[in-house]
Amino acid sequence: MNDIRELYQEMILDHSRSPRNFGPKEKHNLSAKGHNPLCGDDVEIHVLRTTDGVLEEICFEGSGCAISTASASILTGVLKGRSEEAVREIFTSFHQMVAGQGDAPAGEGLGKLAVFSGVRQYPARVKCATLAWHTLIQALSEIEEEVSTE
Amino acid sequence: MSRASPTNESYPSFCHLDQVRRKFPCLKQEIHGNPLVYLDSAATTQKPTQVLQAVESFYQEDCSNVHRGVHTLSERATIRYEAVRAKVAQFIHAPDPHGVVFTSGTTEAINLVARTIGRDRVSRGDQVLISTMEHHANIVPWQMLCEEQGAKLVIIPCTDDGDLILDDLQSLITDRTKVVSIGHVSNAVGTMHDIQKVIAVAREKGAITMIDSAQAISHLPIDVEQLGCDFLAFSAHKMYGPTGTGVLWGRKELLDQMSPWQGGGDMIRTVTFENSTFADAPWKFEAGTPHIAGVIGLGAALDFIQEVGFETIQPHEQQLLEKTVTRLDQLDGLTIIGRPENRFSVVSFVLDRIHPHDAGTIMDQQGVAIRAGHHCAMPLMSRFGVAATIRASFAIYNTLDDIDALVAAIESVQEVFN
Repeated sequence: MNDIRELYQEMILDHSRSPRNFGPKEKHNLSAKGHNPLCGDDVEIHVLRTTDGVLEEICFEGSGCAISTASASILTGVLKGRSEEAVREIFTSFHQMVAGQGDAPAGEGLGKLAVFSGVRQYPARVKCATLAWHTLIQALSEIEEEVSTE
Repeated sequence: MSRASPTNESYPSFCHLDQVRRKFPCLKQEIHGNPLVYLDSAATTQKPTQVLQAVESFYQEDCSNVHRGVHTLSERATIRYEAVRAKVAQFIHAPDPHGVVFTSGTTEAINLVARTIGRDRVSRGDQVLISTMEHHANIVPWQMLCEEQGAKLVIIPCTDDGDLILDDLQSLITDRTKVVSIGHVSNAVGTMHDIQKVIAVAREKGAITMIDSAQAISHLPIDVEQLGCDFLAFSAHKMYGPTGTGVLWGRKELLDQMSPWQGGGDMIRTVTFENSTFADAPWKFEAGTPHIAGVIGLGAALDFIQEVGFETIQPHEQQLLEKTVTRLDQLDGLTIIGRPENRFSVVSFVLDRIHPHDAGTIMDQQGVAIRAGHHCAMPLMSRFGVAATIRASFAIYNTLDDIDALVAAIESVQEVFN
């Protein structure tokens, strides 16, 4: 049971039970939908991006497992106010942490997001942790097609 | 079938079942430090040693192509391959081995029927009838056919208990209904449907009937003559056999009328650049080199099932089901999805505020393998208002202790989340 608690850390459980920045926001100029056909997880991300490329608002809707819900919830808090360029860099580090090859970076520089470092031990759950991220990147890239993890 | 509790006389001794279980090498392992408790047989069953040996012995001793060479190995391979055709026919009480077509599985078998006789019989304005409870393999091929032909896919609804509503069958099956294709046992919630009733009405109205028996074949005896259906399909891998092999049984007179599906080697009689003539059924439906080892493995799987016997399999699996339903009903925060009148080998459930995938990951840590997801039955999940369920499914090798492990694993999931 100790091992599993490394995956389901208290912060993840908390955000999955009470997701932050959840629900449709009136002010946004970018949106994208993501779907994980394996789990049936659905997420929709709305972003208000300023003309100088800062993510002023981020919120999400949808339903999914604890990992995907917490990932979306924590992401919205961590990335709010960051530049698009910084968001893309953080996603690269996050992806490396949960799915990269070789020695795991323990999430240095990722702050709160390091809580997902346990996902690395569960390859089947990597898609849950990254669905919201892929969907956010899709929104920022202004690609209309729905993201699918398959 | 029997839902009665097994009596001492009919119930096999523990010793006997223990011997059966020992035939499955894959079950003898630990997962994350706990003994494997395999409760995902509806996805695929484990394989007994005799199936593994049959497959290996083909490659070790008789490896050759079938229906081609005059050399000894090819003759041996052909004899072993064709012997399974006869064995399958006997297993499902089919009168003619030539009604048995080997396919890659149930999915290919259904597609074969949809693409051949389906295409011939279904025209604009016609209807194809399936049910809410089908596996995607028995939805999508018909949906594609209907789209192509301008026909309508009509759906038999189900109750909250997960039983098909067959009261309106007479009006659901009209003279425009050209095909009725129904699952035998639901892979998602375990309902055994009253297929005999559906077949009888469909026949009366002149529709072709197809039964998807993938989830039934290893759990109850099947008699195609008694059922009266036109086609029946199943997969070897859900009946202790290899993956990539399956069966389409069809009435020989229908198979004879049907055009071939895929073209290639082995399904022809003569080929010129102007035209080709085709082999007789069933070979005209088996283009290319078949999965010979898989078919031989299927033969060994049929032997295995017959050695154990449905008189042993059925009461044992019913006892597993009864214990599961009873124990799960005692757990707080757990809802069983579907309370069918006749249930076989499958129990689906959800946990309050816990997604099935989270449960699946945590249960796996306890060594308990269950399926979490939509079970390739998304319309049925929508019908029950859930995105996914946790599914425990059984086979002859499961023990009553496995149910205790299942319950303990569920409790540990709840402990993490609550």
